[in-house]
Amino acid sequence: MEKRVLFRSSWLPYLLVAPQVAVTVIFFFWPASQAIYYAFQLQDAFGLESRFVGLANFQDLFHDDRYFESFKTTAIFSGLVACSGIGISLVLATMADRVVRGALAYKTLLIWPYAVAPAIAGVLWAFIFAPSIGIVTYALQKLGIDWNWIINGDQAMLLVVIASVWKQISYNFLFFLAGLQSIPKSLIEAAAIDGAGPFRRFWTIVFPLLSPTTFFLLVVNIVYAFFDTFGVIDATTQGGPAQATQILVYKVYYDGVKAADLGGSSAQSVILMAIVIALTAVQFRFVERKVQY
Amino acid sequence: MTRKLLQAALVACAFAATGAQAQTEIQWWHSMGGALGDKLNELATQFNKSQGDYKVVPVYKGSYPESMTAAIAAFRAGNAPHILQVFEVGTATMMSAKGAVVPVYKLMKDSDEPFDPKAYLPAVSGYYTDAKGNMLSFPFNSSTVLFYVNKDAFRKAGLDPNKPPKTWKDFSQAAEKLKASGAKCVYTTSWPSWMHVENFSAWHNVPIGTKDNGMGGLDAKFTINSPLHVRHVSMLGDFAKKGWFTYAGRTSQGDAKFTSGECAMFSGSAGAQAGIRKGAKFDWSVNMIPYHDDVKGAPQNSIIGGASLWVMGGKTNNAYKGVAKFFAFLSRPEVQMAWHTGTGYVPITHAAYELTRKSGFYAKDPGAEVAVKQLTNKAPTANSKGLRFGNFVQGREVIEEELESVFAGKKDAKSALDEAVRRGNEVLRKFESANRS
Repeated sequence: MEKRVLFRSSWLPYLLVAPQVAVTVIFFFWPASQAIYYAFQLQDAFGLESRFVGLANFQDLFHDDRYFESFKTTAIFSGLVACSGIGISLVLATMADRVVRGALAYKTLLIWPYAVAPAIAGVLWAFIFAPSIGIVTYALQKLGIDWNWIINGDQAMLLVVIASVWKQISYNFLFFLAGLQSIPKSLIEAAAIDGAGPFRRFWTIVFPLLSPTTFFLLVVNIVYAFFDTFGVIDATTQGGPAQATQILVYKVYYDGVKAADLGGSSAQSVILMAIVIALTAVQFRFVERKVQY
Repeated sequence: MTRKLLQAALVACAFAATGAQAQTEIQWWHSMGGALGDKLNELATQFNKSQGDYKVVPVYKGSYPESMTAAIAAFRAGNAPHILQVFEVGTATMMSAKGAVVPVYKLMKDSDEPFDPKAYLPAVSGYYTDAKGNMLSFPFNSSTVLFYVNKDAFRKAGLDPNKPPKTWKDFSQAAEKLKASGAKCVYTTSWPSWMHVENFSAWHNVPIGTKDNGMGGLDAKFTINSPLHVRHVSMLGDFAKKGWFTYAGRTSQGDAKFTSGECAMFSGSAGAQAGIRKGAKFDWSVNMIPYHDDVKGAPQNSIIGGASLWVMGGKTNNAYKGVAKFFAFLSRPEVQMAWHTGTGYVPITHAAYELTRKSGFYAKDPGAEVAVKQLTNKAPTANSKGLRFGNFVQGREVIEEELESVFAGKKDAKSALDEAVRRGNEVLRKFESANRS
């Protein structure tokens, strides 16, 4: 049986979708087209003169080791954020799913960090890990570890990964919890009767049944690490030290806004745009077709 | 869309405000936080009280690079402030933005306000004057880099607190003793490139770039990978390894580390004195920066930092009259003196310097005069007059990044500085090509 609403009026449907279309055009298509336009221009900081330079901005990018370095940084960063974020929240969700008493309190607390703005999350962790006054720094110094992410690139990376993961755990947690609750209890009970321990049950039944959720979260987390972590990075390391935490999206901002190189920055956004389109295509193909719910 | 709404709201507010007072508002975007911001607000309040036609509204816009990028974005959107405080490294960018700014000499002439470029110390005015001898921006807070010593920490380490290190050799000896005495941080610096590359070059009379450090044209190239530069930066790398030098960050983060008593020695802006005076709970002194005593002609003179005020284009004539009046107010020797003595910035006019000396301020606080003495140590050469590199906001970041890789022990000084020159030159070429006309 098919349910379908038929519109008799010819203009009403257009009117109803118009606000959404307007939002999309103004906030997505218009800036995107501007980025594409500027990617082929060379312009001074104040926008007083501008001229067409063809592919020069892209050529500069592909001759710049720093740009490839930034790709590498982004890959490492998003890999770390996605894997540890998914891993930790899977553990938390499994635990929370088993809790009987006070489950709501646990779940609420675990969801809280999602309400925190990325910049706030960044500042929070930057304080905790601040090189001279941070509380964790103090503890680390007692253990003989010299903690100074202002100059140590690996530590800076660790800091932004921790802050970004912490922020995203709640989101992952929610999806995993929903996924876990949709697994029929009878399956797990049957396995238990057959003598499978909790670990065995998790790996052979729960984990495979969660795979659609996991895959969806993997894509979402990678996109999150690529774009939404800007606030965390800007509030803590600002891409430093020596570009150790300069992910692609931060470089776009840095080159365009701080270094006043609009052309180079736009060229980078165009490339980023291509990456997002590719990621989305992959997500649709796999999630919609291969993985079964 | 939101921006439009916001604009409308702002316009509405502005109407409400001006309607009541019939005053012309002059927006002044600046980067003076903390104690310096208080002093700056005092200046604006004083001016507003001295007359009734104009109202200067200071707005703190974050750090120097932040307020500059904010103003560039505002200009592109058509609502730039009237006055913008721009740090010295942004000078070349502002100078090239011919349609975006109103040169100060022209502003003062058009408004019939008295303005004499010769009234300013040459080390200051030279920085903001174009090739034709016209002053393009209004010098406001000029500083230079100074060497601060925590005298209590020196005493604790068995060093003579009244003998601060004069040379880098002295520095090493002091650092060793300070480290042995258990100092948590021996030395730190604010603005690493400004101190250890730019001022280092002027202080030792070696060029930072060709074409008189870029003052002679947009086609300059960096020359900061000379043997002397490499030697100095690799020395700093060694210091970092030995724990004699704690890196604090690219801007003024070092100030807090000294003020809190964490670091025993510190190099930072003369303007840092306002904050240290307010916050330090120990005995400290201000000194000239160390030099390598085997370099011929060293020490030469240091170069200025700090910022000047630029007037943005596209405003009403009436507003420009107000800006000119405000600048005339700021040039008064007594106003200059209050700013100088209150903040630690250099007195920028001869008259203000004289007035401060006569007032007996330096006899009481000899540290306040160190900056002027260091800036005028010798007659400036082509290497020590200043610098003017296109988009040096980015160029300096390139240098800072390469310095960081040395301080972190990831690169040796030679390859880092070679890379800084190569990348820095790319920035210069791009600026040259974007500002051809």
